[in-house]
Amino acid sequence: MNKFRIGHVADIDEKGARTFLVQDTEIAVFKLSDGSLHAVENRCPHKGGKLSEGMVCGTAVHCPLHDWKIDLRNGKVQEPDEGCLNTYKTEVDGNSGEIYITIAG
Amino acid sequence: MSTTKKLVLVGNGMAGIRTIEHILKLAPHAYEITVFGAEPHPNYNRIMLSSVLAGGTTIEDIVINEWSWYEDNGIRVYPGDPVVQIDAERKEVVSQNGVRASYDELIMATGSQAFILPLPGANKEGVIGFRDIKDCETMMEASQKYRKAAVIGGGLLGLEAARGLLNLGMDVTVIHINGHLMDRNLDLPAGLMLQRELEEQGMKFLLNKHTEEITGKQRVKAIRFTDQTVLEADLVVMAVGIRPQIELARNTGLDVNRGVIVDDYMHTSIPGISAVGECAEHRGIAYGLVAPLYEQGMVLAKRLAGAATEGYEGSVTSTKLKVSGVDVFSAGQFKDAADTRSIRIQDDVDGVYKKMVIKDGQLIGAVLFGDTTDGASLFSLIKSGENISGREKEILLGVPSGGSGSGPSVAERMASMPDDEIVCGCNGVTKASIGDAVLNKGCNTLGAIKSCTKASASCGGCKPIIENLLTYYAGDNVGEQTKEGICGCTSYDRDEIVAQIKEMGLKNVKEVMNVLGWNEPEGCSKCRPSLNYYLGMIWPAEYTDERVSKFTNERYHANIQKDGTYSVIPRIYGGVTSPAELIKIATVAEKYDVPLVKFTGGQRLDLLGVQKENLPKIWEELDMPSGFGYGKALRTVKTCVGNTFCRFGTQDSIEMGIRLEKKLDKMVAPAKVKLAVSGCPRNCAEATIKDLGVVAIDGAWEIHVGGNAGVKVRAAELLCTVKTDAEVEEWTYSYLQYYRENAKWNERTAAWIERVGLDHVKEALADRDVRLALVERLEVTLGHTVDPWKEIIEDEKLRKNFTPLSGAEPVTH
Ligand SMILES: Cc1cc2nc3c(=O)[nH]c(=O)nc-3n(C[C@H](O)[C@H](O)[C@H](O)COP(=O)(O)OP(=O)(O)OC[C@H]3O[C@@H](n4cnc5c(N)ncnc54)[C@H](O)[C@@H]3O)c2cc1C
Ligand code: SF4
Ligand code: FES
Repeated sequence: MNKFRIGHVADIDEKGARTFLVQDTEIAVFKLSDGSLHAVENRCPHKGGKLSEGMVCGTAVHCPLHDWKIDLRNGKVQEPDEGCLNTYKTEVDGNSGEIYITIAG
Repeated sequence: MSTTKKLVLVGNGMAGIRTIEHILKLAPHAYEITVFGAEPHPNYNRIMLSSVLAGGTTIEDIVINEWSWYEDNGIRVYPGDPVVQIDAERKEVVSQNGVRASYDELIMATGSQAFILPLPGANKEGVIGFRDIKDCETMMEASQKYRKAAVIGGGLLGLEAARGLLNLGMDVTVIHINGHLMDRNLDLPAGLMLQRELEEQGMKFLLNKHTEEITGKQRVKAIRFTDQTVLEADLVVMAVGIRPQIELARNTGLDVNRGVIVDDYMHTSIPGISAVGECAEHRGIAYGLVAPLYEQGMVLAKRLAGAATEGYEGSVTSTKLKVSGVDVFSAGQFKDAADTRSIRIQDDVDGVYKKMVIKDGQLIGAVLFGDTTDGASLFSLIKSGENISGREKEILLGVPSGGSGSGPSVAERMASMPDDEIVCGCNGVTKASIGDAVLNKGCNTLGAIKSCTKASASCGGCKPIIENLLTYYAGDNVGEQTKEGICGCTSYDRDEIVAQIKEMGLKNVKEVMNVLGWNEPEGCSKCRPSLNYYLGMIWPAEYTDERVSKFTNERYHANIQKDGTYSVIPRIYGGVTSPAELIKIATVAEKYDVPLVKFTGGQRLDLLGVQKENLPKIWEELDMPSGFGYGKALRTVKTCVGNTFCRFGTQDSIEMGIRLEKKLDKMVAPAKVKLAVSGCPRNCAEATIKDLGVVAIDGAWEIHVGGNAGVKVRAAELLCTVKTDAEVEEWTYSYLQYYRENAKWNERTAAWIERVGLDHVKEALADRDVRLALVERLEVTLGHTVDPWKEIIEDEKLRKNFTPLSGAEPVTH
């Protein structure tokens, strides 16, 4: 288990995303309209589209390349398409507002 | 093993191929099939040529069987190679190219030719019929070069041709020998109502006119009538009737009259040779409509496939005019006679006319104008021949029949209809195939039946019957025709949403979704961008554009590429740049290692493969007015050289292009908008395939609208011709604003124009005050736009999103 500090809650806009690299994996952290944060691998299972550039609707993001819809809470691709992508646990320090992320392995 | 027999079809048209399709279904391996066709195209839906001409569909769309169909079914086909000789003794045919094919069975399905009146001058260039793809193309080409068209013949075909030519921007006059239009299908009152309606659409008429001569040197210039009056015309379409194509049959020694004479089983006078379609004459009638020909084809197919069948006994026909905005229906014998009685309703206020002709208690004919919804049910009453005594008024006035004891109910009528009766003439769909779709394929709505069988997908005249059949087969299982909204999140359509936004003064995306009860609380990638657009269009001053509701390309004003990089396209007004500007672009491209620099189709430079984090830096260093390179917005205004340098140029197209682009450079719209300006009719800027194209002519400018060169190529239509530069601006801006206010999100102008009709737009813009008001509203909107690139460069909060987070620090504990 590796834990990283990746930034501050204010760095990410609501319904927006920021990215960072850990061990050659690009990860995108999204902030939903309820303020919750979700981190997923920044690669659409379809053709590798950068999900961080997609449109966030509710708890899902629409891939900017071909509009696949992916649930950010569990990484599941929504019907009619299929697939799944890696998600990472995020935590926020209530006092400082720092964001921490845990990467398995 | 059974020996396969040889079947040769002469004529690759609607009736012949329909017959082959049935044979393939009934006895797939009975014949080795060879088809000869005089036209170079695969089998297509001739009926739809009218829609092609009117701009509703493309030639590719009307193909019924692609070449692959022939291949898949093992059919040898010789397109563009007519049969020139049939040797009935040796059972062999010879084609123009010298192909010989022997047969056991031969089908003649050579159709008809347009009848060209044998007038002096009828062979001049520019005089054509309306029969095939070639004629259609000739008309489309002529409309590019010439203005004045004359259509001789005010029947169904002539009016459809005239409507198409109007859509192509020509000035059209229809010449008719009779005192009212469509006299073979309509009585006087309906004919007059039709004329009035078409005149309002811009068609001109010369009735009771006999043509005497067509004049001109090589190409037609004018038509002279027997009363010595003259009409100028650069294109003459003869639509005065058709002639069965029987020369080959006559030379073969078949009995012919008007057409090739056939019996009830489609036998001709020589064994082994059958005839079907418009070239055939059955019981003295050569039909000119598809439905009866398909019925003949069915009988012939069954006979050739060795299946039992009753003979063909002739058909009652019905016609429908496929002209936009006019509903006309006619069936059976519609004229009054000594032994008939009729009921009619004439309502000149609403433009509705209905007539039923009754003989011995049976309905034998009907005419409907203005409201043709009852057409199909009247037609089925005519065909069934049932006694309608006592119910006449009820039927015509549309009072629900409610199972009155005097005649069969709708269900009984549906039940008694023979299985192979064709209910959709355009697509040849039988009652049995509707039943199959409902009972075996799970179709329980009209929409489902339509997409499964194609029934009612063309002219829609059979819709009521299909609906009755649906109820008959599905009973209580008839599904709700679900109303489609703009996306899955709502059942409201575009107009309803826009109306509610205005009415309730809704001011942001979230509010619209709440108030209108969206299924998904935050919408989806389809509705969010459209709501964002509609709100901005309705409240230009108050609404703040919602960035998160925009697609990536519009959020970053750069196109996202498949590898996650972007491209940057600085604005180059009218395609005119300077050495200094070029140096700047080149320097930036080198500095940031831009992998590909390319000219776009719209006269700009595209820097492709830019990393996202470099976007703001590049914009900053370029310092050129930018953005909207990939958005749903004004893209570019392409220009030719014009009179600045070109020896043909009549006007300054460059100056005009730059002026329009400068004005509109930040205009967002329902979809991307491309403009072009050409300096003369040579049209080097290809302005007639743009959303709006301006073409200079001597002393004036033409404004063409609704063109497109993308997925579906569409030639623009002439909106107007104006004299001054100021008028070009007034029309351009008011047209674009009208589009912005009325089109659906994502609907390009070409699709929009096809949906609402050019006439509608012309009418909407006819009044100068209305135009000025539109221009003013556009100006207000443009006054609130900013250069989006500048905005991002200057605002740290926006700019941060272009860079990755500064790096993950491991935490140890
Ligand atoms: C513009 C237009 C609109 C129409 N609208 C309607 C409508 O709304 N409703 C309706 O019911 N009907 C309509 N019709 C009529 C309908 O298209 C015809 O009734 C139907 O196409 C006739 O079918 P067919 O197979 O007999 O002839 P065609 O479809 O004409 O096919 C005959 C084919 O045989 C070819 N041929 C001729 N001689 C030879 C030869 N020697 N060797 C090889 N090939 C040969 C011809 O080139 C042609 O391709 C319309 C027709 C036109 C032109
Ligand atoms: S459209 Fe006319 S004016 Fe413009 S470049 Fe071509 S020929 Fe010259
Ligand atoms: S790459 Fe994401 S939808 Fe195609």
